[in-house]
Amino acid sequence: MPLNELVELAPVRDPQINFAYLDERTKRMIRRAILKAVAIPGYQVPFGSREMPLPYGWGTGGIQVTASIIGPSDVLKVIDQGSDDTVNAVNIRRFFQRTTGVVVTTDTTAASIIQTRHRIPETPLQEGQVLVYQVPVPEPMQRLEPREEETRKLHALQEYGLMHVNLFEDLAHYGHISSTYDYPVLVNGRYIMSPSPIPKFDNPKMHQNPALQLFGAGREKRIYAVPPYTNVESLGFEDHPFEVQRWQAVCELCGSNESFLDEVIMDDQGKKMFVCSDSDYCGKRQVAA
Amino acid sequence: MNDLDATPPLMRVQSLSCAYGKRNVVRDISFDLWPGEVLAIVGESGSGKTTLLNAVAARHTPSAGHVSFDLRHQGLQNIYEMSEAQRRMLARTDWGFVHQNAADGLRMNVSAGANVSERLMALGQRHYGQLREQAIDWLERVEISPTRIDDRPNTFSGGMRQRLQIARNLITQPRLVFMDEPTSGLDVSVQAKLLDMMRTLTRQMNLAAIVVTHDLAVARLLAQRMLVMQNGEAVETGLTDQVLDDPQHPYTQLLVSSVLQP
Amino acid sequence: MYVAVKGGETAILNSYELLAQQRRGDPNVPELSVAQIRQQLRLSVDRVMTEGSVYDPQLAALAIKQSAGDLVEAIFLLRAYRATLPRLGYTQPLNTAGMHIARRISAAFKDLPGGQVLGPTYDYTQRLLDFSLLATGKAAPEARTAPVNNEPTPRVVDLLNHESLLEGQLPEEGDPDPFDLTRQPVRFPANRSARLQNLARADEGFLLAMAYSTQRGYSESHPFVGEIRFGTVDVCIVPEELGFEISVGDIPVTECQMINQFQGSQTQPPQFTRGYGLAFGHSERKAMAMALVDRALRADELGETVTAPAQMQEFVMSHSDSLESSGFVQHLKLPHYVDFQSELELVRKMRQSHALPKDDHASE
Repeated sequence: MPLNELVELAPVRDPQINFAYLDERTKRMIRRAILKAVAIPGYQVPFGSREMPLPYGWGTGGIQVTASIIGPSDVLKVIDQGSDDTVNAVNIRRFFQRTTGVVVTTDTTAASIIQTRHRIPETPLQEGQVLVYQVPVPEPMQRLEPREEETRKLHALQEYGLMHVNLFEDLAHYGHISSTYDYPVLVNGRYIMSPSPIPKFDNPKMHQNPALQLFGAGREKRIYAVPPYTNVESLGFEDHPFEVQRWQAVCELCGSNESFLDEVIMDDQGKKMFVCSDSDYCGKRQVAA
Repeated sequence: MNDLDATPPLMRVQSLSCAYGKRNVVRDISFDLWPGEVLAIVGESGSGKTTLLNAVAARHTPSAGHVSFDLRHQGLQNIYEMSEAQRRMLARTDWGFVHQNAADGLRMNVSAGANVSERLMALGQRHYGQLREQAIDWLERVEISPTRIDDRPNTFSGGMRQRLQIARNLITQPRLVFMDEPTSGLDVSVQAKLLDMMRTLTRQMNLAAIVVTHDLAVARLLAQRMLVMQNGEAVETGLTDQVLDDPQHPYTQLLVSSVLQP
Repeated sequence: MYVAVKGGETAILNSYELLAQQRRGDPNVPELSVAQIRQQLRLSVDRVMTEGSVYDPQLAALAIKQSAGDLVEAIFLLRAYRATLPRLGYTQPLNTAGMHIARRISAAFKDLPGGQVLGPTYDYTQRLLDFSLLATGKAAPEARTAPVNNEPTPRVVDLLNHESLLEGQLPEEGDPDPFDLTRQPVRFPANRSARLQNLARADEGFLLAMAYSTQRGYSESHPFVGEIRFGTVDVCIVPEELGFEISVGDIPVTECQMINQFQGSQTQPPQFTRGYGLAFGHSERKAMAMALVDRALRADELGETVTAPAQMQEFVMSHSDSLESSGFVQHLKLPHYVDFQSELELVRKMRQSHALPKDDHASE
């Protein structure tokens, strides 16, 4: 949507609500958690998650992280599934417009803070930008070991055998690893982390990224971080290394053969078409063409 | 300790006692275990033998006494003074634990291959092809057909599951294996085969073992030394053949005489 | 020609209008007032306050109106509001022994000091729909003044304590502050104050099911209702400037003490053990369920074998909060097409290789 239309429908900054909704003591508490997370890349820091006006499971962790770091001069972009215009992204963006009055944008290069659900923007990020991920399940081993008491020990003792058993099983049964999103990564050679349900296609973008990457899980009450220029490796075996997805098609709107493509069903005969998931990236390419 | 022999025992147990509430389930037990030696702990159910095994395997904290293990480069260390990290590492590398019920010692919902390779992956091995080869090698050594490598243990017979459990434990070449009634619940013929295999493996690998059993035949077949327990106390210890052929303590005599002679 | 989907902003604004219409319903029907909800849907208000963790009947009634009667949604509204409120201080522990009783029963004793006071309860009604309620304008039932009961109403647990039959509930050594899980995240194993707080805020349906499971063999306890009491208690604070206790008002609460099978160890003779439940307003089902689950969760502390879900701290406490459970379940409505795209692609690939002759790595 063109920026001026966004502005017309935008909610007005509500003076009754504290800047970015959270009270200052809560922001301080969350910032302390963020600092600790940045100091220990990939480690899940527990924090006193607050009830937010959006439900748990809908991005409250990401929202609390953004609310704790956002200032009046920041420029905010919010995306969901790569698009600025999905209803969830719109809802969160409106929340911040209402509680902060900051300038919002759809342009990845113009944003100082990008809050995202399930994708990393195609346009490479720069130093000084912050990418805030919404995380539903921060614990990468939760499906294998639901008890937090036990997974805490496994992380502390670097006992990650269980994760590799899982990958081994995939290779044994399918001939390749079956995780296609939320693909676990090893951060700074120490902690195994869930990158959130981004497609594995996006995993390589996390490695040595100039931007600060913050991860917020509100319902599970954890914050973690990948500082700029940190090593992030996707798990795999030496003889079956990690691989990204590839499409045979290109984007029908802009022609890109490098971006993540969404499949759109065109008619009830099942005719399909592929378009870029990242709406800003696609739009810019179309204009340039 | 033998003054003439500088080799320390692999494990030293001193005055070990375990209590549940006021009840003393294990009372003042001491023994040494030497590298490559198999010790059988024999007694009826309720004698405290399983609690003793768990206490020396760091799975149940004793109420009194010491358990020390000879770490590879550090000599005898009290296992209860180690950090939890060290104990867990020990349990994954230098020790093995074979449970009576194989399902307790295996991941039933992953393949045999994954079960066997898990310890290697935990130690950092990351080459799938090599891991798989080693898994196949070990399945063969415990006489499981390599074609079963991708099958899950819940499709295996009881005897196969036990053999899988053994492979899973031995793949890191541990120096000490704890076994809790490893053959009970299995058919007599299956038991015999399993015991034979275990005897071969312990000899080949110079494995020390502590085997808890109520079955004297298991002790006879596997163990060089034997400790007889009654009501938490060690009533008789000695070389297996000597104890079984010439029991001194009345309780041991009772046990021996109640076994049907072939 | 395909145009990428746009207009999320407009769609949301339109949905707000539709929601407002749905909430109001037929404009010819008189609008529901918050006062009416507060007075005549009192038990809904009590539940929303209890799980919303705020004693304020007016706000709870407002939340119910705003959510068109969806109580889980109303609880969410109240909690979100609570998160914005500054913490002014802490009250003294409520003195439920000094409660002005409206209802008080004990299943463990036939009679006891203070008597069995039935009070207002649905327990002994027959559940037949009363069609006379379809009409309004019926004369309100005459207010009856309950006979003034000057008899002291000590708590049953205090009576049992005279003979030391019931385990004492003494503060932990040093009398530490209770854990506050609205400020810090819980880590397991959690202490009892964290558990009780979690249960007090827990979804009533979930808690009820867990409690029920303890009665059907999924746990060890054999419970009796030692006492249920409902009435008003004073809320007291000790302001710094004054240095002594003052009452800032009173609130109605429901308290339940469950008495369970006796324990005993080598150092202690057998005694009955306890489970505790407390809720705002008149909420017996909630208080009872809470007491049963509280007792079940004490399994570790009392040396019982943990075999049932209701005894597992992590299971109960991680799934008891309706905001968390409702949020995460309903989040599945959010777009997941990127993840789904990945799965689609994988399944297609797997189907292709399924059709081909097998290679070394695939299972036989």
